[in-house]
Amino acid sequence: MVVMKMKFPFEKRVKLAQGLWLLSWVATMAGAVTFTLGCVLKTELRRRAEVMDNTEIHVVPNTLMIVGVASLGINYFAGRICQDALDAGRFPRWKNFLKPYFAVSCFFTVLMLLSVIMSYAMKGNLESSLKIGLKNGIRFYKDTDTPGRCFQKQTMDRLQMQFQCCGNTDYTDWFEVQWISNRYLDFSCKDVKDRIKSNVDGRYLVDGVPFSCCNPSSPRPCIQYQLTNNSAHYNYEHQTEELNIFVVGCREALVSYYMGLMNTIGVGVLSVFLIQASVLVSLRYLQTAMEAVAGQENTEIETEGYLLEKGVKETIMEYLDPVFKFLMLNKVEEGEATDS
Amino acid sequence: MAFMPVKFDLPKRVKLAQGLWLLYWISMMVGILIFSLGIFFKIELRKRSEMMDNNESHFVPNLLILMGMVACGVNAFGGKVTHDSLDPTKFPKWKPMLKPYLTFCCGFNILLLITALLCFLMQFALYLTLADGLKNGIKFYKDTDTPGRCFMKRTLDMTQIEFRCCGNNNYRDWFEVQWISNRYLDMSNVEVRDRVMSNVEGKYLMDSVPFSCCNPGSPRPCIQHHLTNNSAHYDYDHRIEELNIWTRGCREALVAYYGGLMNSIGGLILLTIILESVDMAGLKYLTTSLESMSDPENPECESEGWLLEKGVKETMSDLFAKLKTMGKTNQVEEGAQAAT
Repeated sequence: MVVMKMKFPFEKRVKLAQGLWLLSWVATMAGAVTFTLGCVLKTELRRRAEVMDNTEIHVVPNTLMIVGVASLGINYFAGRICQDALDAGRFPRWKNFLKPYFAVSCFFTVLMLLSVIMSYAMKGNLESSLKIGLKNGIRFYKDTDTPGRCFQKQTMDRLQMQFQCCGNTDYTDWFEVQWISNRYLDFSCKDVKDRIKSNVDGRYLVDGVPFSCCNPSSPRPCIQYQLTNNSAHYNYEHQTEELNIFVVGCREALVSYYMGLMNTIGVGVLSVFLIQASVLVSLRYLQTAMEAVAGQENTEIETEGYLLEKGVKETIMEYLDPVFKFLMLNKVEEGEATDS
Repeated sequence: MAFMPVKFDLPKRVKLAQGLWLLYWISMMVGILIFSLGIFFKIELRKRSEMMDNNESHFVPNLLILMGMVACGVNAFGGKVTHDSLDPTKFPKWKPMLKPYLTFCCGFNILLLITALLCFLMQFALYLTLADGLKNGIKFYKDTDTPGRCFMKRTLDMTQIEFRCCGNNNYRDWFEVQWISNRYLDMSNVEVRDRVMSNVEGKYLMDSVPFSCCNPGSPRPCIQHHLTNNSAHYDYDHRIEELNIWTRGCREALVAYYGGLMNSIGGLILLTIILESVDMAGLKYLTTSLESMSDPENPECESEGWLLEKGVKETMSDLFAKLKTMGKTNQVEEGAQAAT
């Protein structure tokens, strides 16, 4: 039972070969674009690597880069094959090459689709990675003298200013951590001693935020300290004050930034996927149409092209049989080895 | 005696035409680049026009845009002429336009030279405009409720954050103006009243700076207020403290940025002048070698190409003589008219 038969007279075959040659060039550039998009995403993820706990999200740009490079190779061969296709003398040498070629090409094309699905599926993973990374960033903000953490302060400050966000979930995260180093606290001052003794861990907690949380759009100079104390500032009420500091949490800001980036890239990759799939489909039709011509005296006869010779299930079994045989052969060999 | 004659046979003429066509394409790309740089420069000036009192001069970017468009047109025409030059049927229609075209190219090169000079010289005008604009910006920082100046605070804050600078000349400029609006000052407070009455104009002056002057690279949380008072902060000496706030003035930072941009554009224009001159020389050689063919019917004959028909001195004296006769003709005509 043949899947999707189509009749191909001589002119149609010629047109198919020419169209395929042009399409393979377009697909090559699309593959290069995919590789570039993967590089862009990886660079953006690396830039903020300090506030991410793990690099699992990097599997998305890595896959895109691999698929981009692979599609360059796939389309190069597609172009060569269709150039030789209309010459009945040169086409047969590609015969043995085409079966593994289609297997590999289908694999990489499906991988392209998978990478787009992964970029949406890994949103939760990204969010939890950022949650832990930002929590550490806030915790180690004050440790500018500890090797390995010297630049946490600068990283957090620049992040908050660039993404216009404050804290992890929101600005109150800064109230739970001592973000002013002991080096700059005057322990002979009564106020400082009281604050430290007021909590179990002996930390100097303030209801204040760093300057990088300040919103430049605020009409009044920034209020960073004593945020919850209305009487400490003239004409100030913290429940209704909106523009003073950034209200968005940095986790939310970063997740929406990366999701927006991956959405844009996903749309581009989907169109590349469609182009690549059409290249493979056209090549398959051309191959089957030309195979029917082989051996005939009149090369201008009408032939039939199809996608799959047998049904879908049988074709999949046909491809997987060699793989199973290989695995079974290993098992038999192992059995013999243990016997002897 | 021709100036710099070169002998050309057919393969050499063909190579010259091909090389010249490629060179015209490159020159057209450079023309597009100048056009886009002009637009980019214009946008950068508009972005910060608030810092320049909205009266910055857009003459140079407008001139760059114009030069870019003219360069594109000139090079496209030159490329077309070169493309047609080796076809004896198409070339004759371009022949009469060549002399005015080359004269126009000469004039265009002189205009490019003037543009490059203007690019380098505009930096001084920009320096003066910025000095005024920033002074006013600092003065109107607090006027977030005055129509027309609502966004001065935000613009100045964002500029200080982006360019890592503070104040006009340096951070002390903030000590001389009242940058906290009266709306947020508690006039019933004794301290506030003392400060306001301590100076002639009744301004609330402090030795403090806005939060946007803070340096994220500082190891300690930002000290914005009581900057000159060492005892107000623990372990702080304002004379040796370097990383706390930005020490550079914004005028210096902005001038360096725009100066760098204008220097690069000026350098690119000088490069364009050299490229255009090479184009003109190549075209002159090509056209003279085609015109001086001894046997027009036989394309393979040898011919000679030159830059100037006579020597440099003779060409210059010819040119002056022409200019004189043009002036004299006018005089003779006037004399004749006066006589009648």
